[in-house]
Amino acid sequence: MATQQTRSLARFMMAPSVVLLFIWMIVPLVFTIYFSLLQYNPLNPIRDGFVWFANYKLFYSNPAFFAAILNTLTIVVSVLVITVVGGILLAMLLDQPIWGQGIVRILVISPFFVMPPVAALVWKNMIMHPQYGVFADIARFFGAEPIDWFGQHPLTAIILIVAWQWLPFATLILLTSLQSLDGEQKEAAEMDGAGFLSRFIYLTLPHMSRAITVVILIQTIFLLSVYAEILVTTNGGPGYASTNLPFLVYQKALLEFKIGQASAGGVIAVILANIVAFFAMRAVGKNLDK
Amino acid sequence: MARAVTTQHKTIATAAAWIVALLIFFPILYTIITSFKSEQEAIQGFALIPSGTMESYAEVQAQSGYFKFFLNSVILSVGSTLLAILIAVPAAWSMAFSPTKRTKDILMWMLSTKMMPAVAVLFPIYLIFRDSGLLDSRIGLTVMLMLINLPIVVWMLYTYFREIPGEILEAARMDGASLWNEIIYVLTPMAVPGIASTMLLNIILAWNEAFWTIRLTTTNAAPLTAFISSFSSPQGLFWAKLSAASTLAIAPILIMGWFSQKQLVRGLTFGAVK
Repeated sequence: MATQQTRSLARFMMAPSVVLLFIWMIVPLVFTIYFSLLQYNPLNPIRDGFVWFANYKLFYSNPAFFAAILNTLTIVVSVLVITVVGGILLAMLLDQPIWGQGIVRILVISPFFVMPPVAALVWKNMIMHPQYGVFADIARFFGAEPIDWFGQHPLTAIILIVAWQWLPFATLILLTSLQSLDGEQKEAAEMDGAGFLSRFIYLTLPHMSRAITVVILIQTIFLLSVYAEILVTTNGGPGYASTNLPFLVYQKALLEFKIGQASAGGVIAVILANIVAFFAMRAVGKNLDK
Repeated sequence: MARAVTTQHKTIATAAAWIVALLIFFPILYTIITSFKSEQEAIQGFALIPSGTMESYAEVQAQSGYFKFFLNSVILSVGSTLLAILIAVPAAWSMAFSPTKRTKDILMWMLSTKMMPAVAVLFPIYLIFRDSGLLDSRIGLTVMLMLINLPIVVWMLYTYFREIPGEILEAARMDGASLWNEIIYVLTPMAVPGIASTMLLNIILAWNEAFWTIRLTTTNAAPLTAFISSFSSPQGLFWAKLSAASTLAIAPILIMGWFSQKQLVRGLTFGAVK
């Protein structure tokens, strides 16, 4: 039985975490919402003032905002598809009995530990560079014209880089889940004459479903805010071809000093993240009940 | 018939797995290889055998003072992790051992702060940092990284602490252990592995954080993420030097990461996948 004393002790022990996180959440958010209703330019304050929702209306009239939201979603969805499908296949391959499994696992997981700016720079210069990159070397070897990735297909290039960073994460988690699949169940299914495909659909996939959900939710949180990869490679260009919402907010706030517009973009980003968070919380919460 | 793994099956699976693994690892491998080439070699086309020169490493240190950034990365990631552990241990402890009806809600809410996109609060934070003189200071960034990772730290510790059986505490109490003895001899040994795993993962996350560390620093407090980003300018097209700098930036954390695979799965899925 929790006494009054232990209960207040518990509250005292939790207080620092709770208070800190509360301040960290609420103070900047209130500022951002307030700024989003202003015309506010530190460099050119003549027209500063309260403008209500004018900054949000720009989302309809300014093609950059629309492009940024579309690019954000494109990055999230494409990377999710690549990493989840690729992750399932890779996890099933690594789950086979193979020689040197420990080393293979280490090699596969490594990109996850590479900091985003390094990943982006390595891909930009060593792999995708139209003149000196490995892709260009390969293209020339086959007598083809090397592709100018960041000039012609900037968004695809960024998706490839980000997918490379997250594929290991998906693989590792799906593999962990796969390894907890009961060997006897697999054998029983085989005995009953279930083929590879039906075993996959009726046994493996349902078993991995929670892990897949978790992978999708966690990656979505991080993919919604891809930033460094864009900063180091394309800087959002050409034009707005590879600008996502976080990058647009950064540009508006710290390069153009249009704080009102940037804040409106930030609020939209929060709303977008909250829609995702709603589903994420439910999934994680369900797990906690168990 | 089917269950006995044939050697042929194993050979094919091994070959496939190794090919895929090497492809995935290739960008890192090629970076390491290139870091041991001279600048001339580096742009002469595809070659897997470097001449083995160390000149790029020497130049990176001489020109841009790699070591200073490295030190900042260490201070920031370790500092923010220790701070987060200090604040999170009591919270996770009380939630694991005297949970109330609201414990679950509090945990959920903590996690939800993690969902807020950093960029949304960039300008307010920037202002607060500027006005309190925290821009480009190690203290400011340490606190920042601590706040970002605090929810994950609380969660991870909570899932570890929850597995410590409460009966052991009761047994110790029955045997007449004082609260202090209970903490030193019973709880600490059982909690240390969980705390260590949490620290490991958190150091990795803090080391690789690449939004606030780039935006809130210029020179003094700039860690390796900011250092590397400075190589993105067009005049920085020196392949061998870039490779040496990249290798130096990722090596420590890559090695740490290899040892923390299990904790990674557990920590990043909030205990949902073990």
